Parts: sequence; C-alpha cells; structure tokens
Amino acid sequence: MDILSLFVVVPVITILALFLAKGLKQSRIVAMAGSLVQLAMAFHLVYAYVKERAINDDIMVFMRDVVWYEDFNIHYAIGVDGISVALITLTAIVVLAGVFISWMMEDLPKEFFVSLIVLATGVYGFFISIDLFTMFVFYEIAVIPMYLLIGIWGTGPKEHAAMKLTLMLMGASAVLLVGILGIYLNSNADGGPLTFNILEIAQVNIPFAAQQLFFPLTFIGFAVLGALFPFHTWSPDGHASAPTAVSMLHAGVLMKLGGYGVFRVAMFLLPEGAMDWSWFFIILSATGVIYGALGAVRQTDLKYINAYSSVSHLGMVLFALLMLNKTAWTGAILQSLSHGFMTALFFALIGMIYGRTKTRDIYKLGGLLKVIPFISVVYVIAGMASLGLPGFSGFTAEMNIFVGAFQHTDMFHRVATIVSISAIVVTAVYILRVIGLMLMGPVKSEFKDLPKVRWYEVTGILLLLIPITALGVAPLWISDLIMESIKPFIQGVIQ
Amino acid sequence: MNFSYTILIPLIPFVVFLILGLNHKRIKPAVSGYIGVFGLMASAFLSYFTAYKYFFTVPKIDGIYQQITHKTVWMNFTDTLHIDMGVLIDPISIMMLIVVTTISLLVHIYSRGYMKGDPGYTKFFAFLGLFTFSMLGLVLATNLFQIYIFWELVGVSSFLLIGYYYTKPSAIIAAKKAFIVTRFADLFFLIGIITIGFYTGTFDFETLNDPTGEVITNWASTSFMGLSVLTWALILIFIGGAGKSAMFPLHIWLPDAMEGPTPVSALIHAATMVVAGVYLVARLFPMYYFIEDGFALNIVAYVGGFSSLFAAIIAITQKDIKRVLAFSTMSQIGYMMMALGVSGYDGHEGVGYMASMFHLFTHSMFKALLFLGAGSVIHAVHSNMMGDMGNLKKYMPITNITFLIAAFAIAGVPPFAGFWSKDEILVAAFEYSKPLYAVGLIVAGLTAFYMFRLYFSIFHGKKTAYKHTPHEAPASMTFPLLFLAVMSVVAGFIPFSNFVTANKEPFEAHLNYPLAAIAVATGLIGIILAYVFYKNPTEYPAKCRKAFGSFYKWAYAKFYMDELYFFVTRKIIFNCVSQPIAWFDKNVIDAFMEGIGSGTLKASEKTKKMQSGYFQDYAMAFVGGVVVISIVLIYIFKN
Amino acid sequence: MILGVSIYEILSLTTILFFIGIYGFFTRKNLISVLMSIELILNATVINFVVINKYMFPEKLEGAIFGIFIIAVAAAETALAIAIIINLYRQITSVEVDDTTTLKY
Repeated sequence: MDILSLFVVVPVITILALFLAKGLKQSRIVAMAGSLVQLAMAFHLVYAYVKERAINDDIMVFMRDVVWYEDFNIHYAIGVDGISVALITLTAIVVLAGVFISWMMEDLPKEFFVSLIVLATGVYGFFISIDLFTMFVFYEIAVIPMYLLIGIWGTGPKEHAAMKLTLMLMGASAVLLVGILGIYLNSNADGGPLTFNILEIAQVNIPFAAQQLFFPLTFIGFAVLGALFPFHTWSPDGHASAPTAVSMLHAGVLMKLGGYGVFRVAMFLLPEGAMDWSWFFIILSATGVIYGALGAVRQTDLKYINAYSSVSHLGMVLFALLMLNKTAWTGAILQSLSHGFMTALFFALIGMIYGRTKTRDIYKLGGLLKVIPFISVVYVIAGMASLGLPGFSGFTAEMNIFVGAFQHTDMFHRVATIVSISAIVVTAVYILRVIGLMLMGPVKSEFKDLPKVRWYEVTGILLLLIPITALGVAPLWISDLIMESIKPFIQGVIQ
Repeated sequence: MNFSYTILIPLIPFVVFLILGLNHKRIKPAVSGYIGVFGLMASAFLSYFTAYKYFFTVPKIDGIYQQITHKTVWMNFTDTLHIDMGVLIDPISIMMLIVVTTISLLVHIYSRGYMKGDPGYTKFFAFLGLFTFSMLGLVLATNLFQIYIFWELVGVSSFLLIGYYYTKPSAIIAAKKAFIVTRFADLFFLIGIITIGFYTGTFDFETLNDPTGEVITNWASTSFMGLSVLTWALILIFIGGAGKSAMFPLHIWLPDAMEGPTPVSALIHAATMVVAGVYLVARLFPMYYFIEDGFALNIVAYVGGFSSLFAAIIAITQKDIKRVLAFSTMSQIGYMMMALGVSGYDGHEGVGYMASMFHLFTHSMFKALLFLGAGSVIHAVHSNMMGDMGNLKKYMPITNITFLIAAFAIAGVPPFAGFWSKDEILVAAFEYSKPLYAVGLIVAGLTAFYMFRLYFSIFHGKKTAYKHTPHEAPASMTFPLLFLAVMSVVAGFIPFSNFVTANKEPFEAHLNYPLAAIAVATGLIGIILAYVFYKNPTEYPAKCRKAFGSFYKWAYAKFYMDELYFFVTRKIIFNCVSQPIAWFDKNVIDAFMEGIGSGTLKASEKTKKMQSGYFQDYAMAFVGGVVVISIVLIYIFKN
Repeated sequence: MILGVSIYEILSLTTILFFIGIYGFFTRKNLISVLMSIELILNATVINFVVINKYMFPEKLEGAIFGIFIIAVAAAETALAIAIIINLYRQITSVEVDDTTTLKY
C-alpha cells in the first residue's frame, strides 16, 4: 500500500470500525483514533514529502496509477505536491478537532461520525487525485454527506438549508462536469489518446476556442464551492443550520476544494482561457471580497457573520488565483490554509458559546469575557487573526496576495487590488463589533454562571490555534514549500 | 560591531507577556508586578548599554554615525522582494529605545501602585509587556514591512489596553474607535508600502534611504497624475503615520483613548506609540526630503502645523484633565511633525529634524510625567473632571511640584527641557516659512496657557470639599514622578545635535537668542494669563467664554469632528452601503437562487394537476397521442 | 372471405365498433361499463386480425390464432378487472370512476 492511498483506506477502515462500535462512548473513541492516525500520517507525509522533494523534482511525487475503466481511459491516478500536502495536513487537523468538538454528540453518534468520516474521505481523495474523473468522484463523495449532516443533526430550518446547499453544489458540479468532459474531449488535440490525467493534459495544447468555452464552466463549477459572489448564498444558510463540527469541516476544508480545484484544474489546464476570462472573474471575486465584508457588518447571528466573512476571505483566494503570478498564488494557498484553521476555530467557538447560552444573537449576548474567559480570549485571538493581525496566519497570506496583485500595473488591476485591500478595514469593523457586543460589556444576569470549558474543547481549540500562530510567526518554510510547488504551474501560465 | 544581542531588548518584554499572559490566574499579583518590572529593567539596561556602545565606542566613518543592521529573511514574496526581521541600530532607533524602555519601566513601577487591588492586575502587566515588545520591535525595524507588522501589533496592544475596563461601554467604544481609525489609516500605509516595494524592488530602509542610491536619484521614473509614484507612496505612508500620531483629521480616537487606565495613557498615548508616526517620517526622512524636492514633506509640515494649532485651541476648552492632556499631546506631536516638515538635510539645515527628535525625547519625559501626575491626582480624587478638584497642593506636595516642573517644561520656560527643543523647532520653522513660525509661536503661547490653566485648577483655586481626604500617592507612584521631574529638568542639556541629526553627522547647535526670547516671552504671557484667570476663582473665564461665543462652543465640542465621523460611518456607510447590501443579498441574489428552487416547485405544482387520478383522462391523452402520431406518420409516409 | 362484402366494409364496421368502445371507455362513469367498452375495443381488434388474415393472406392462419389468443387474454384480463372491481366495491362500496381518483400526484 502506498503512502497516499492510505489516506483513503484508513478512513474507510475507520468507517467499518464505527459500524461495530456501540453508543457515543465507543464511536467517539473510534472516530478519534481514526483521525489521530490520519493526523500522524499527514505529519509523516510532510516529512516524507520534504525528503522526497530533495531527490525528485517532478511536479508530483509519490505517484501511482491504476487503470480503473479502460474504455474511457479512466485511472485511479494519485500524486501530491507541496500544495496538496499542506491541504491534507489542514484536513487532518480540522477533522480531528471536529471530532473533539463533537465529543458530546448525543444524537445518533455512530451515524454522525460515519458521515463525518465519509466527508473526510472524499476530501482526502480529492486532494491526492491527479485524474480528473477520480477527482470528480471524490468531490461528490465529499459533498453528499453534507446533506445528511445538516438535514439530520442541524438546527433551525435545517431541511431547507440542507436542500439549498446540496442543490446549489450539485448544480455547480453539473456545470463542472461539462467543463471536465470538455477538457477530456479536447485532451487529444496533439494526437494522443483521450485522457483524464492532469499531468498529461497539461502537456497538450488545448485549442484556444475550447479553453475559452470550458474555462468559465470549470471555474464556476469549482468556485461555487469557494463561495464565489454571486453564488455564495448557500453558505450563510448552510452554515447557520449545520452542527458545529460540520460547519468547521465545511468552511474549513470543503470550501477549500473550490480554490484548489480552480488552481489545479481550471488554471493549470486552461491557462489561455484563464487569461482571457480573468477580468470578468476578477470583478466578481473583488466584489465578493468587499461585499462579504460589508454584508457581515450588518448581521446579528454569529454564524451568519462568520459565513459572510468566509465569503470575503475566500473571495480573496479566488482573487489571488486570478492574478496569475507566483506571489499571489502562494498567497492564495496560504489564505486557504489560514482561513481553514481560522474559520474552523471560529465555528468551534461559536458552537461552544451557543451550547452554553442557547443563542447566537450578538445583541442578546454580552460580557462573556468574564464568564467564559478561555473561550472568549480565544475568540478575540481568532478575531485578530481574521482581521489580518501580524503574528497570525491571515497576515502572511494577505500580504502575499496584495503584493502579488500589485504586480499588475494597469488601472483595472490596481483598482481591483485596492478595493480588495480596503476590505481589511471593514473586517476590523465587524470583528470588533462582535467582540465589543458579545465579549465585552457588563455581564448579563442570564449568563452569570455558564459551564466551564472542558478538556476536549480545549484540545480542539488548541489543535487549530497552534497552526494559526505557527503560520503567522514563522511563515518562511511553508511559503517556500508552496512557492516551490507553484513554479511548474506558473510556467504553464507564462507560456 | 555586533549588535545582534539587541534583539533581546524587545524579546524580554515579550517573554514577560507570555509568562504573565499564559499563567495569569496562577501568578499572584505581587509576583507579576515584579516580573514585569524586572523584565523591563533588563531591557532598559540593555538599551542604555547599547546607547553607550554605539555612541562612544563605534567609530564614525567620515564623521558620520554608521547604520548597523542584523537581519534574516522572514518571508519571500518574489525573487527580490522579501520581508526581513532584524534590528537596525542608528541614532534615532537608539534614542527611541531609550525613550521606550525608560518610560515603560517607569510606568511599570507606577502601575504597581496605581493598579493595586485591580482584579486584572496580572493581565494588565501582560498587556504592558506586549505593548513594549511591539513598540521596541517597531523602533528596531529594518524595513517597511517589519515596521508595519509591529505597527499593527502596537495598534492591537493599544486596543487591548484602552479596552482594559471592558465592562464599561465607553471604554469599549473608545477601544473600537482607536483600532478602527488607525486601521483605516494603516490601509493607506499598507498601500504605500506595497507601492514602494513594487517600484523600488525593496522594503529595506538602508537601500531606500541612501541619498546617492538608485531609489532617491531615480524617483522621477514613474509618475501618476503628475506626481512621482514614490511621492504618492510617501503621502500614503504619512497618512498611516498621521493615523497613529493622531494628526488632523485622523485624531478623533486619541481623546477617547483616555478611557484606558492612566499609566497606559502615559505610556502609549503620550510618550511612545503616538510618536510612532513622527518616527516613521524620520525613519524615511531622506526619501521625504529628496523625492520630488520634498513635496510630501511639505504636506507633513502643514498638516503638523495645523494639527498643532487645532489641538491647542481645543485643549483650552476641555474640562476633563486627561482630555486636556490628550489634546496637548496631539498639539505637541503636530509640532514635531512640523519640525520634520521644515527641516533640511545637511548640517545646520537639518536642525528641524534634530529639533523634532529632541522634542520627541523631551516631550516623552514631561508628557509622561504630566500623565502620571494626573493619574496620581485621579487616584486620589476618583474623578477626571477639573471641576471636582482644586487646592490639591495641600494634600499632594510631591505631585504638585513634579506637575509644576512638567508644566514649566511643556510651556518652554528655561532651563526646563521643553524650552531647548521647542526653541530649535521655532528656529527651523522661522527659516522655512514665516506663517508656520507664527503658528508655532501661537501654539507655544496657547500651550503655556492651557497647561497652567490645568495646573492652577487642580492644585490651586477653589477649596473643594472632598468626600475622602485626598492623600499623596504611595512611593511606587511618586518615584517615577520624581525621576521624570529630574529628567524634565536635565534632558534639555543633552547636546542632542551631537547624536541625532538628519544626515547622521554631528553638528553644534546654538541658541538663537532673539527667537528664544520671543518664544519665552510668549510662554510667560500664557502663564501669567492663566495665573490671573485661574489662580483664584475669578470671573474672567466666564467672560472670555461669552466673548468668544459660538467659537468657544465649537472648540468645546472639538469642532464636531466626532459627529462628522459618526455621520459618515453610521448614517452613510451603515445605512447607505451596508444596509442596502444586506438587503440586496437577501432580496436579489438569494431570492434569485431561492427563486430557481421555488420556481421548480411551482412548475411541478402546476403540472401535477395533469395527474388527475381519472384514468379516463390518462387514456384520453394516450389516445390523443396515438392519433397525433398516426397523423404525423401518415403525413410523412403518404407517398 | 364473404362474397359481395369487401374488406373495406368490414374494416369500416370494426372501426366503428372500436370507436364506440373508445367513446364508452371515456364517458362511462361505471367501472363495469368501462370494462364492457374495453371488450368492444378488443372485439374490434380480434375481428380485424381475422378479417385481414382471411382477405389478404388466405393461405395462412396466424391471424385467426392471434384472435383466439386475444380472446383468451381478454378473458383473463376481464377476470382480473372484475376481481379488482369487486375488491374495490368491498372497500369503498362504489364502482363509480369519480370515487376512484386517489391514485394521483
């Protein structure tokens, strides 16, 4: 068994083990053990990758290729580069944190953890695939459990939210499928056989007309998952209804598939289409950045605020990807990582606050710093990270994006860049609004004594907080790792 | 010369922050106070040692102080652009090191008395440590991005400390306001930095500031709207500096920042953080001076001069003692900015630069003293309002004397520190532009007046009946007062031009006697007026208020700047931008997406009527279909 | 083969019979009547099979055999239908079409 396939096999084993488990206590132990193994594997993968990279300068390493369906030349082809390694580590951490946060999931625990791990399986599979079709299959595996997770374990108008989320994402994958098939059918432009393999397609010069046609389809197909304006409305409703761990996983990991897919498929395989269409999507993504931020200013529900903030932050990822240069792309990947940890942390904290106070309305909350100091302090830290305070991951990511975006000298890019940069002020406004209303101020009588934070909550929080700080304090190693991996991709665009 | 150990100067406070912050429940207050004080002592000692080593043992090259940097790459942007972290040792950074560590140490000592019994005692010291770390990192920054990083960090420490009494709504609002206003200014700062990085290919101060280097000789290469892009960048950077240094019109956060505990106001909002803008301009002074013949520098001069006058006028009318001091700070920083703006570069022409730094140095001493004195008064009276005080000299002799010394210093009475630095500023302004000199002189008079108004109202004046008899502060609080009082007397005698100059080449500064006499006379007039008005309760203040009428009202309301901002943010941005966006999102975009869903539902609702349940209807459709198909087939195959 | 009668006349007759059946199927409100109408349709079909066989391929028998098949199938079908109708009657004490519209949407 090769090192990468394990990332799909271990979750499957975990799922099988979960079927044998009984009750909350056993299921959560099994889920935790499985996720711990995953995390250990992710760390080992980082180590192995760095070692392998020193002697191997292929685009992808640890490659493996098994024919899956010969008639259409579909392979189970896997391989990773620095970017996928980083995102796999992100996934492993967030999943483990998610398990800890759902430690007290009383309601159908076994089924809950099974769905959660199925989702994780899809995400891992997506990140390791280099075959478009396999990738798409894993993508669907990741999206489907979402419906169950929100529809069954959610709160509020959960059926509606689950339906809306799933249908919008399915609609997007329909568009995406057309795009992928379009790429596939043009993959023999230089006379070879039709193929789904990304690396092989990248060698082919897909005709410009086809690139022009299929780029927007592929881009939108992935970007809906990355909450591209104006296709973001599933995200606030979906997050608001989802249970905590699901929000964490969804915003933290699943939405990253969007940016990753745009980068790995749309940009890499259709570079000319990307250049041709970039102006249009820059307008959309820059609008999304400022629009999400301004939208968050007026929300009163914590989860809505965070969902709109995600629209803004992920808009930044897409914006950076469209800038088509190394610095901005590094920033995009860093922002994906940073937002993953940050937003997962936010949702975890919101879940804890909601679990204690039974409300998410910031006008009803108040003075929490005195009552639940640990959660509140971490919330302040997460807020600071979110508004791009140096020393946290958001800063390094955003600076890469801004510096990268500024490399374009024409007026259009300049204006778009400045619009995006100005979102940092608006971000400060909504973050401080929440901190001011919810955490500071006099203690309200109904919240006088709330339960103290528990060990599993602390573990979950620390799992997420440590990477945020590490990325912010010492970004050199990871940013160089990513930049190194971006080089072959950027060359495709330059040519 | 190896100065890499100077990295410890900021790191020690940071370690203090970590120790206190992570264990703030476990450490006893008494212990945490000592940890903070001793940490700062170590930092301060290292700073003094560095100053000695740099100024007296490092040889000058061609009579110019060297610039020593130690740095390492922190993050790469492109092949040439990267953020470095490191330390830069040159005269101004050393001067700032001394200022920051000294004031911070004294504030730490003072806080041990002032904050006694506060439930968040340890947390307070942790925040102080964080602030000191950030400020020292800012001072030692080797490049624009490093300065920006620490710039944000001082911003957040300031937010935390202003909002220290976080259950008080006014403190929350003040903290938010301070953070958001400075953040807004930092937006321009950031754009400026990125612009410089893009057009010059470096963030490094050494490369940027080299007067013979590529950047300065080649500034005209790219232009935008008639000005060099670098000029634009410098203006943007100055906006950032103006935000932090509370220059008009970004000053609105500073008076409100006084909601924080008084030691914090002394440290952050009087002596160190608010002068960061001045330090920033001084740091980039060669760029400001040479690029586009100092176009950006002119803006600095006029903004500084205007802010200085603007704040001085408001300071006269305020009734809260900390707000008077806050506006005084703003006014004095405007003075420093103006001095930088009017400065030249070489030798004596650079007197403005020297004077600005000198004033920064002396101001930090006497303004910290004023704030700490005010803190001691507030501690005793439990009120900020001038109306609740009076005749305190009887109860608080040490505070009285030290406050008086500071007031003399800020009023520019010889031989106190403020006289020397202010005199140099006026000399520089006189040579540059007469109107700015006039502004400077008026401000000097106003400063003397409002400061002694404050002094007489607190320590003399009416005999107020106090609920609790005020008493002198404990030794931990009076020691810093005495120390700073001594500094406020002797700091003026430091031959500053031997150490800190624009081109790093020492020169001899001389007193310009006629100008000095005029300035002193103006100051004395202000003091005498204040004596007449406020030494004993009189009718004059009320009469004056009447005479100025609506102008007084405007000044008392701080010229309605707050209201203007609130109008723009609350009424325009919230109601006209954010609200419509929320509406748009809900009723257009989301409604469209939902519309697709509900449209499908509706369509199926309509079409399902066809399934009536009458099998005869279905049969009818079937037969109808057969008939239609038959007709079509017949039509097609009729031949 | 009937002398003096052409295939067209017989086919016209069966067509009329067929459409009478269709008409009855559409308009009767009683399920038994509907069933009877179906029988008419089937009868028309059977006659068609036999007649076309006889007139066009006199040497073959398939048409007649199919006719017998259809009669058999129709008998089975009728039995089934009657069974359903009887059961329906037991359930809702009605054999009216209007009362049996539950199977919809």
